[in-house]
Amino acid sequence: MASEKKTAAKGSWFKNISDTNLLLTITIVVFFAMYIGAIVFQGAGFLKPQTFFNILNANAALIITACGMSLVMITGGIDISVGGVVALVSMSCAVFLDFQGGNPYVAILLAIAIGLAFGLVQGFLVAYLDIQPFIVSLAGMFFARGMTTIVHTNPFNVENEAFVALKGTRVIIPGMGSVNKLGKYVNAYVEIGVIVALLVVILMFIILKWTKLGRAFYAVGGNTQSALMLGINVKRTKFLAHLICSLLAGIGGYVYFLHVGSGSASHASGMEMNAIASSIIGGTMLTGGVGNVIGTLFGVLSLSTIQNIVASAGLDQAWWTGITVAAMLCIFLVVQSVIMARKKRA
Amino acid sequence: MENKKTSVSAFFSGLVRKQIFIPLAALVILAVFNLIADPSFFKITLGYNSAGSPVLSGYLMTILDYGSELAILAIGMTLVTAASGGQDISVGATIAIAGSVILRVLCGTNSRPDELQAPIIVAFLAAVVVSMLFGAFNGVLVAYFKIQPMVATLILFTAGRSIAAWINNNELPIVSDVKFTYFGGFIPGIPIPTPFFIALACILIMALILKFTNLGLYTQSVGINESSSRLNGLNPEFIKFLSFVILGVCVAVAGLIKVSRLSSINYSVIAKDIEMDAILAVALGGNALGGGKFNMAASILGAYVIQFLTTTLYKFNVQSDALPAYKAVVVILLVVMSAPVVREKFASLGKKMKSSTKEVQ
Repeated sequence: MASEKKTAAKGSWFKNISDTNLLLTITIVVFFAMYIGAIVFQGAGFLKPQTFFNILNANAALIITACGMSLVMITGGIDISVGGVVALVSMSCAVFLDFQGGNPYVAILLAIAIGLAFGLVQGFLVAYLDIQPFIVSLAGMFFARGMTTIVHTNPFNVENEAFVALKGTRVIIPGMGSVNKLGKYVNAYVEIGVIVALLVVILMFIILKWTKLGRAFYAVGGNTQSALMLGINVKRTKFLAHLICSLLAGIGGYVYFLHVGSGSASHASGMEMNAIASSIIGGTMLTGGVGNVIGTLFGVLSLSTIQNIVASAGLDQAWWTGITVAAMLCIFLVVQSVIMARKKRA
Repeated sequence: MENKKTSVSAFFSGLVRKQIFIPLAALVILAVFNLIADPSFFKITLGYNSAGSPVLSGYLMTILDYGSELAILAIGMTLVTAASGGQDISVGATIAIAGSVILRVLCGTNSRPDELQAPIIVAFLAAVVVSMLFGAFNGVLVAYFKIQPMVATLILFTAGRSIAAWINNNELPIVSDVKFTYFGGFIPGIPIPTPFFIALACILIMALILKFTNLGLYTQSVGINESSSRLNGLNPEFIKFLSFVILGVCVAVAGLIKVSRLSSINYSVIAKDIEMDAILAVALGGNALGGGKFNMAASILGAYVIQFLTTTLYKFNVQSDALPAYKAVVVILLVVMSAPVVREKFASLGKKMKSSTKEVQ
């Protein structure tokens, strides 16, 4: 394994970066092809701007968590606890708002605190005790899911007035809209979560592209040994990656909560899978060192577009979604593996 | 007298160094804890079930019963862990698939048949073949496409229950034949739960395989160093692939027990979180989760210890949905204790203490 990694890293920085761009291009092309396919085969529904914005509204939380996931994957790790953290955050916030009469803005702090707590523990175990990230985050996932049930067992809707007002806030997109069935012109809108998600994407893009820390993430994922020799604090970098990922899962949890407005132990089930799938489809490599949050954004959009296509094709039984996501992940994993093998041979 | 004492202490220090010491110690701790908290935990009563045959019941029997399906999974999981250095997290989902196949074959297209459409053995063999195929799918991804085992099996982890529901058209077939309940319950006249005998058979077969073939040796060598095993003429890809296929067989057996218990299936609940328990059993057995050397007996004992823990938690009225939280804490403690960094720290600490006591003397 060690010798394989060495040969892969012999390629220059330039080679790695062009790899990222290659995978990014594939992702964007796949997304547009899929969307056009949807318009052609599924009819004009997909032409309405609001259809597109609804995809964003429904997946804002996924975009945020997937960005964190990409970051961890760039450093060569993985975090499957994000779905559990999202569920725990929404349940905790729901209990805080409805039973304790809390303020929805204070609940944001609660969400961030939960995310940070998971990040601190998992990051410490992975980076400083050198335990496999998968085992750590698997335990994290089960812990979060179990805790969600302990916090409150039955699902319920939040009726806190201040929260409902915040949840209903819509950001109108000027100049876009469509005529509804009654012949009235309706403006297209997005929820607040989408704004947060886009801010996260931009921030993460800047960090990864133009800061020293961002380059350290790529260096650690590309080749831990040479990153160490370059004087990068590998442990701290890995720790930070897990910390940021869990923090984003906490924020994503609040955005998710803002979208669904309820607490339930079964919320966000399989979200870790969707986040990993989006990252991989977006061109982040599981082996580390390659990836881009813009790609992740398009990964999420591709994934949800295909889910929309599946749903509107009449295959709306719950099992089709799982199978489609798994199939797409499988295809992209195999493609990546083949690309890696060819690159090694070249 | 003196001589005997040293041999006893030598025996204990030898035991401490043995791998099986970890699950044994955990078992003793749990047993003592239960003995203090409530001695009735160990009570076994002989009763009669609704069919009028004698059955033993009590917490210990529950452990023997449910621990057995876990032990069967632990056999396969140990091999996968040793060969690939990763774990298969799709076992729960694949159990759902295997169970669904069994019911589909037994019931045909009618979900409430009055009599079985096929012999049980045919249904079971069909499930074995299907589980082996899914194991092979995981194995190909891991061995030939070099995808990390846990990520590769994540695919089936997500899709598995959906596939299981799809096999039976999302219906819930019910088998009314009483013979089908024997596998997960009791055979008339034998008061010990059948899963224990099934597990015993699996353990025997595995022991014979390990004794008379090189599977164990090859698996360990691939896990320890893949490239030097290749230089020695082994085929690491095939060994890894094989370990996933063997796990597939174990999953099918566990699936049979699971559906036999209910005579039906619940796709989203059946064998939920069992992958966690199976991995935990391997870890508790003291096997390195990063691959390499393994001890099958320790894993199997580990499986029963995990069930002991689960049953203890249930006894203290912990909700089944909240169980994972407690187990996650145990996992974290286990992996932290077995982490090389922590072990080195402890070792150096021990040395320091020894040298300081010597100086005092």
